[in-house]
Amino acid sequence: MNNNTDISPEAMFTETDIGRRNRFIENVFKTFFFIMTCLMILPLLLIIGYLFYKALPVLSLDFLFTNPKDNMRAGGLWAPFLGTIYLVVVSLLVAAPIGVFSAVYLNEYARDNWFTRIVNLAVVNLAGVPSIVHALFGVGAFVLFAGLGESILAASLTLAIMTLPVIIASTTEALKAVPMSFREACWNLGATRWQTIRRIVLPNSISGILTGVILQVSRAAGETAPIMFTGAVFYKAIAEGNFLAYNIGDQCMALSLHLYTISTQVPDVAEGIPYGTAIVLVGSVLLVNAAAIVLRVYLRTRKKW
Amino acid sequence: MKNKIEISELKVHYGDTPALNGVSFDVYENEILGIIGPAQSGKTTLLKVINRTLEFTQDTTVEGSVKLDGVDINSIGDVHGLRRRIGMVLPLPVGLPLSIYDNVAFAPRTAGMRKKAELDVIVERCLQQAALWDEVKDRLDSLGTKLSGGQQQRLTIARALSHQPEVLCLDEFSIAVDPITTMRIEDVLKTLKNEMTILLVTNLVQQAKRLANRTAFMLNGDLIEIDNTDVIFSENPSNQATYDYVNGNFG
Repeated sequence: MNNNTDISPEAMFTETDIGRRNRFIENVFKTFFFIMTCLMILPLLLIIGYLFYKALPVLSLDFLFTNPKDNMRAGGLWAPFLGTIYLVVVSLLVAAPIGVFSAVYLNEYARDNWFTRIVNLAVVNLAGVPSIVHALFGVGAFVLFAGLGESILAASLTLAIMTLPVIIASTTEALKAVPMSFREACWNLGATRWQTIRRIVLPNSISGILTGVILQVSRAAGETAPIMFTGAVFYKAIAEGNFLAYNIGDQCMALSLHLYTISTQVPDVAEGIPYGTAIVLVGSVLLVNAAAIVLRVYLRTRKKW
Repeated sequence: MKNKIEISELKVHYGDTPALNGVSFDVYENEILGIIGPAQSGKTTLLKVINRTLEFTQDTTVEGSVKLDGVDINSIGDVHGLRRRIGMVLPLPVGLPLSIYDNVAFAPRTAGMRKKAELDVIVERCLQQAALWDEVKDRLDSLGTKLSGGQQQRLTIARALSHQPEVLCLDEFSIAVDPITTMRIEDVLKTLKNEMTILLVTNLVQQAKRLANRTAFMLNGDLIEIDNTDVIFSENPSNQATYDYVNGNFG
């Protein structure tokens, strides 16, 4: 006779005390993590909802495409909006190639020696430098030493210096995600390092690289400190609706600085205008981030392993 | 018999750790040389020296010489050309993230071949030789990485053959392959040795016994013995350790 026959079929499928306790703990933690996730989303929804609610009276296409008027107490956002676009685009045009290609060098070519270790250390530390310090460096290096004066170019270069280390770091991560065995297989076939990079490494890391670069748009667009001494001004009227209204040697307005100005420096501004400015700033950043997500999804569907 | 590869007094260190302590032997043209020995005996290092991919590993020192057709491999200026004269199959299959066709056409293309017609011929021949053609001929543009492990390993072999190597190095190729496919590849190797020299590193001593003309036994970075395969697997190889290893007394 087998001892197991003592256990009735019902008893075999009845939950034991340990099973019940495990199930309880499982539920507790699942709920806990879910609540934490909600807590994370909540402020975002509240902020955007509140901004929209307050900004509703001023929001219109005109608000985007007219210059500020009456000492910023009326009118729209055209000059600062276009200024921010200029600053972000020019800074990324500088930072993205330098950052991406130097990351390729550091990750694919450079040997692990004292020099590359110092470079990597510098990258990490540069990423942690406060933006106001970048601003002072920009004033010294670009505005004064290089003689660019306070201009879009000087401000963009300062932003580029600020975003560069993060672009290098994110690109390095994307490159490291391509398995080493792919490279070894290519080398065994007599491929040069460049052939390996071009045919295998870059096509399979490009989505990560581009995402890292695009996410820097939001940082460059949102920072005030690095641009306020290097090229951004309180007020400058430009041709409305003309996307080429700024010259790269001009000073410009910028959304982040404009928001600061109208909230703290100008009395009696209609309540909707600062909120509207904030909505445009947050909205354009979210739009770019959404584009990054779409791009990433598109490129990932083509991922090949 | 003509010497294809001459290795003399080859010493390799990884940092301070020795991997090969002065190994010397010749590989004859158109033979299958089996290399057996337990882990850490230096077999893979030996192959990496021959196609100079050890240069990608940091902190390695290599002493001694390796000659291919009588020419020291370090004096060959075109290292990429050297690597294409040697086919390399690694233990774990690596399908490159490209189509099956592009996987096999990769090496000819890096060597500068562009004509579709020539590439077509090479791709079909190599996939045939690797016993993979019948399974993939209708889907050459699907991804090499989506094949099963065994198929990917045969794809790797097809790729190693694509640059028409003079020497084919197989490093434990059958680890990820089922026994029946292994037998099919072994049959292929028997015909391939008419065209090239084959170095077969294997953990399966029986595989060396089945295929190799001569077999080398390595242990802890030393070459213990190299002789005709029937001598190595006989009752009286010249070294007791060889006898113990091939008979499963250790390792």
